[in-house]
Amino acid sequence: MRIVLEDVHKVFNQGRPNAHEAIRGVSLSIEPNRVTCLKGASGSGKSTLLSMIGCLSRPTAGRIHLGERLLSGLPERFLTDIRRHTFGFIFQQFNLISGLSVLENIMLPAYPLAPDHRQLTATASALLDRFGLAHKARNPVQWLSGGEAQRVAICRALINDPRILIADEPTANLDTRLSRDFMEQIRRLRESGRTVLITSHDPVVFDSPVVERVIELCDGRVVGG
Amino acid sequence: MRKSDPLLSLFALLAGLFLWTLAGSTRSPQVAAERLDPVRRLVSELGLSDPALFTEARYTRHLSQADLHSAFQDHPMALEHFPSGSLLAPPRPGAHGRGE
Amino acid sequence: MGWLRRQRYLLDFILASLLRRKGKNLGLLLVYSLIVFMLASVMLFTHALKREMGLVLQASPEIILQRIEAGRHALIPEDYLQKIGRLRGVTARKGRLWGYFYDPAVRANYTLMVAPERRLADSEVIIGSAIARTRGIGPGDYLTFRAHDGEAYSFRVRELLASDTELFSADLVLMSERAFRISQGVTEGWYTDIVLSVSNPLELEKIAEKLTLRLPDTRPILREEILRTYDAIFSWRQGILFVLLLGAILAFVIFAWDKASGLSAEERREIGILKAVGWETGDVLRMKFWEGAILSLMAFLLGYLLAYLHVFHASASLFEPVLKGWAVLYPAFRLTPVIDGLQVATLFFFSVFPYVVATIIPIWQVSVTDPDAVMR
Repeated sequence: MRIVLEDVHKVFNQGRPNAHEAIRGVSLSIEPNRVTCLKGASGSGKSTLLSMIGCLSRPTAGRIHLGERLLSGLPERFLTDIRRHTFGFIFQQFNLISGLSVLENIMLPAYPLAPDHRQLTATASALLDRFGLAHKARNPVQWLSGGEAQRVAICRALINDPRILIADEPTANLDTRLSRDFMEQIRRLRESGRTVLITSHDPVVFDSPVVERVIELCDGRVVGG
Repeated sequence: MRKSDPLLSLFALLAGLFLWTLAGSTRSPQVAAERLDPVRRLVSELGLSDPALFTEARYTRHLSQADLHSAFQDHPMALEHFPSGSLLAPPRPGAHGRGE
Repeated sequence: MGWLRRQRYLLDFILASLLRRKGKNLGLLLVYSLIVFMLASVMLFTHALKREMGLVLQASPEIILQRIEAGRHALIPEDYLQKIGRLRGVTARKGRLWGYFYDPAVRANYTLMVAPERRLADSEVIIGSAIARTRGIGPGDYLTFRAHDGEAYSFRVRELLASDTELFSADLVLMSERAFRISQGVTEGWYTDIVLSVSNPLELEKIAEKLTLRLPDTRPILREEILRTYDAIFSWRQGILFVLLLGAILAFVIFAWDKASGLSAEERREIGILKAVGWETGDVLRMKFWEGAILSLMAFLLGYLLAYLHVFHASASLFEPVLKGWAVLYPAFRLTPVIDGLQVATLFFFSVFPYVVATIIPIWQVSVTDPDAVMR
């Protein structure tokens, strides 16, 4: 599914004295089955852009198309529905829920969809297996190392079998070796036919051969790519 | 096993017991009445008028027959016999018949 | 089907999340259950006692006639039985002999009573189980009274009153008329009071009126009045206990409100994550609803069932000190389980509903925030 942005703006705290325009007219087209990286310093608006593409928030102005559908303007219910089925998210802090086991964390995005429990457990276990975490399934997530937590976060992003994977600064908390491992995993995901969108200012990411396109952002505008 | 399994079974068990207590009270008014038969026989034989719940003083032992007029000691609201003295309401006006 | 499955997933989640703070939540559940337990115990106990009292006192005499002397209950002369005259509707009349006896040995008050139908020998008594327990005596043993004239009389205990009648017979000492008159100094020709049997309850008022006219120094006590008085007494007692419990309840409400409504930063973050990974506002609210429902429902069921056990299978032993007061004798009794559905429903509503509301409301604000909060 192609993602097309047309003159997208995002203003925080609109109408108030502390109003702040994070995105100032971005037009983009992101090809399917590619690994695209949004590059830029912190505050450049890349996370904001990513959250709008991922239906986590809505643009103040402009349009976002996902395939045939126009995302901007859909009510929250529909956005949530699209988000669940189309996007998988990997966050900077991994954002795992501590106290819950690895398996429970991975299954979390599927809960509102309520699939058959046995099937869901099987899917989650298969994912863990694929990422070499099967033996950790019952462990609480706070016992995991950074690399393991990252892989759990990937598993969680994949549980609903999304077409598009969104990763926000995925390597910010990882050392170089683990970051490379992560990019390797991204490559495999790309091979399985998924679209991957990453924001990063980490050279390990945007210089990686896995990344097919780098879009550079500065102060809410596209400056390159 | 899912986390909700034991919880739901526990709830089912407790709810079952709960319903059982409710059902138990309506199920057998007959049995309940029969259980009280010996007490009723005794009450009717001796003409008892009060339960033996508060035996610490005359007026608490036979509440229905407590004197109404005496200034302190025989009034059910007299507090010297704590706690029953503080827990019992004085008989309602008119509740103890006439001629007073 | 899908709906049920979804709720089960939410239960799975909330349970896992509650178990993270096991101590705190179990503590809350415990205190919560305890409050419900206290309230339910009072409710069940007073209701059952009221019912039992009502049923049993139906068998008590329709009219008790007391003579009043200087404003106090006094002995009634035998000839009052004749003086009453013919009263239509009165089917039987008899003089009763009874009184109190303070036993300094165990500091207990007994109720002495003459039971003509038991055909007791003058040296025999039948005693209530509570006396037997307190004095440590049984059938065949002797009970010694210091009589009104200073003389000591010993009575052989012929039998005990059946223990299932204890609620009414705990402190009774049944003796023969002669023994009573001699030991208590009630001379022939006098009774403690007179009881009248009336077959038609509609005539009671009329009869009572005639009695006070014919015997101006007496007061009739009607059974209906006794029943009404006991009804009032136990309602009042229940009210008083509730007032006493109010402090505890309020303390709990503050605690529960704080616990339920105060969202920690961690909880806020979690809700953000859940929304980001695809949970709707509704899912979050439902999840929180279950949290409140699980805790309060569990507390209600546990508290209520414990109260049921306490009242109907443990003789409401926690209330014993309150009811007993300074008394030495206390009946061991088992109440028949009777439950007032409306009372239970009220208890259910007030124990479950406020807590669930207190859990959901603060979540509302947080869960309607944008899901991209976690990315900022």
